[in-house]
Amino acid sequence: MSEASETFDFQDVDEIIGAAGSGPSSIIAILQGIQERFRYIPREVFPRLAERLSISEARIYGVATFYENFSLEPKGKFVIKVCDGTACHVRKSVPILERLRSELGLSKERVTTEDLGFTVETVACLGACALAPALTVNDKVYPAMTPDKASEMLRALKG
Amino acid sequence: MKLTNRAELVSLREKCRAAAASEKKRILVCTDNGCLASGAMDVYEAFRKELAASGLSWSVELTRDDHDIGLKRSGCHGLCELSVLVRIEPDGCQYFKVKPEDCREIVGTSVKKNGCVERLSHNVNGVPAHRQDEIPFYKKQNRVVLEHCGRIDANSILEYLSVGGYSAFERALFDMTPDEIVRDVNESNLRGRGGGGFKTGRKWEQVKRQASAKKYVVCNGDEGDPGAFMDSSIMGSDPHRMLEGMMIAGLACGSDEAYIYVRAEYPLAVTRLKKAIADAEEHGLLGDSILGSGFSYRIRINRGAGAFVCGEGSALTASIEGKRGMPRTKPPRTVEHGLFDKPTVLNNVETFASVPVIIERGADFYRSIGPENSPGTKTYSLTGNVLNTGLIEVPMGMTLRDVIFDVGGGMRGGTEFKAVQIGGPSGGCLTKDHLDLPMDFDSLKKVGAMVGSGGLVIMDSYTCMVEVARFFMNFTQNESCGKCIPCREGTKRMLAILERIVDGRGEDGDIDLLLEIGDLITHTSLCGLGKSAAGPVVSTIKYFRDEYEAHIKEKRCPAGSCKKLTRISIDPAKCKGCSKCSKVCPVGAVSGKIKEPFAIDVSKCVKCEACVGACPFGAVVKG
Repeated sequence: MSEASETFDFQDVDEIIGAAGSGPSSIIAILQGIQERFRYIPREVFPRLAERLSISEARIYGVATFYENFSLEPKGKFVIKVCDGTACHVRKSVPILERLRSELGLSKERVTTEDLGFTVETVACLGACALAPALTVNDKVYPAMTPDKASEMLRALKG
Repeated sequence: MKLTNRAELVSLREKCRAAAASEKKRILVCTDNGCLASGAMDVYEAFRKELAASGLSWSVELTRDDHDIGLKRSGCHGLCELSVLVRIEPDGCQYFKVKPEDCREIVGTSVKKNGCVERLSHNVNGVPAHRQDEIPFYKKQNRVVLEHCGRIDANSILEYLSVGGYSAFERALFDMTPDEIVRDVNESNLRGRGGGGFKTGRKWEQVKRQASAKKYVVCNGDEGDPGAFMDSSIMGSDPHRMLEGMMIAGLACGSDEAYIYVRAEYPLAVTRLKKAIADAEEHGLLGDSILGSGFSYRIRINRGAGAFVCGEGSALTASIEGKRGMPRTKPPRTVEHGLFDKPTVLNNVETFASVPVIIERGADFYRSIGPENSPGTKTYSLTGNVLNTGLIEVPMGMTLRDVIFDVGGGMRGGTEFKAVQIGGPSGGCLTKDHLDLPMDFDSLKKVGAMVGSGGLVIMDSYTCMVEVARFFMNFTQNESCGKCIPCREGTKRMLAILERIVDGRGEDGDIDLLLEIGDLITHTSLCGLGKSAAGPVVSTIKYFRDEYEAHIKEKRCPAGSCKKLTRISIDPAKCKGCSKCSKVCPVGAVSGKIKEPFAIDVSKCVKCEACVGACPFGAVVKG
């Protein structure tokens, strides 16, 4: 057992398992709970989940890496999801994404700032197509955005 | 309050109906995704404050039947473009772009009196349209599935009962045999609204026939097509209607357990559905021996985790089972070996939401709408470069022209219509030549498009069709699960070619290569995602081959949209030599003598387009 897992506090993880149930079909709900609580899936949880759910670590890892919503890297305090669905795309969502990335020094590969303040990613569709282009910050929807409005929003979030 | 028999349900429904009828005014604030994002809750709170200060008797709940004014958090009113939307019933005054500070005037004019606030009403060429049915956007719509969307409080089971909710289920439970339910659905000719158009009745019949003691009903709420949000609005605006459809499916097929798989990006739908299920359980409409009938039924919610492929049946059931959401080879089909390897009815949100009206008003009523082979209505999300964007429901078979120019109000900013993408990344595009084509399952299939889930993205002449094809291929390639080689590798190759073309590095033979790979993926992929992946590319090549050729041969983007191919130049005939363009150029690419035509040095130009905006004479042109 690694040093990290000795110091890792599993209380939250156990609570999440308790709420979702420990059957193999609960794994996605459990990972969603962990992602919400920690803002990522810490690697320490895999042995614990394997033991509690009686399935292999490999299978859990397979599920965690298959779905877009799970991240094995810590995400920022503010997760900005720029919608690049069809409607947002034809109403020019890409310049908004480019502005956010350039102001935060991020790129397609580097999605989270050094200080874990911001994560910028794209999402295929938020379902707010009528208010395109849209983005969300921690699930709050910002409708009808422009690059300038995005800069303004960043300033407000930085406080 | 648990209902234990049919009479109690009937009596509660009557009580709710009477309570709703006793409300002299109903204020319906739209609280669906679009309006919430525009501050609907602030408007709702402002109404609460105004009503509290007004001295009127009011309530946010239907249970108290001693109030005059009801304030409701309703579902989608449709015209999301102009959110926040508020409607006052029974007068039908429809207000747009409502701000918290408008609430006092609305209460004063439309709640205390029977007037309409002109400045918040819809305005057609200077003529205000007060009532919803006077507004062109709503006139040609036929709201069957969305009947209660925006007309009742989306959070309240009592409101649903007040409009006759759960009477179809009640009828199916006590007055019909499973065979009769299946017969009615079969006769209605309801076809799956998820895109494929498979006959719902036949699917139910197949599951009903299976000998297994355990069967499942699964609702596909994994609406992943970018540009589609109808299912999200149905789940969030009238959740009980969909539950009722699922309960009828359970009765018909002999199932006692159901799952709803909702896309991760729809937290509002999950919240509303959870509340709806809890309320239905509390009222004894879900659980053991419902209303003393002996029929037991439970509905659970599974949230997706961000994988488009999970919209495919076998991938979706794998995901509910807690596995990687990857499709499997068929047969066996889901109706035989579905969720947990048991026979499973898998339908989409809109399909289930269409069922109550078929049971309630009969198959003949349903068949009376739309063409014979594709009866009923279809919801679409209308988006893109069209004036009225939002959620619409029209009879099947309506022409594209009517949808875009009557319901949609025409093109935004008066631009020229070029194409519409229908069915998202699995569908295809339709052009001017198809404007009079009736939109139904079979007519669309004939021209190489599909109804799909119902996303309609309208594109104008400034949209580059090669770039649109690249956009969809990028999406599909990202979402390919990697299980079968044609899809995994084929989409990657097609994307690489498309990226080259929009980058100005297209080569002779690229179009044929795209068609060849596309044909291969279509015929050899494992699941629907791969089989339809080439659709947008093939259909854009079919209708806009000249655009591809311009990109490849002339290194030119006719729509002026592909940045690498954009050439910015100054029209010497229009240029007055004012030098504004050269002052804003960040790289010093524009030069010239004052009062003489300026010129752009193409080798220095970074195509930032600053000069285009700076020119007061429209002399700087893209193309």
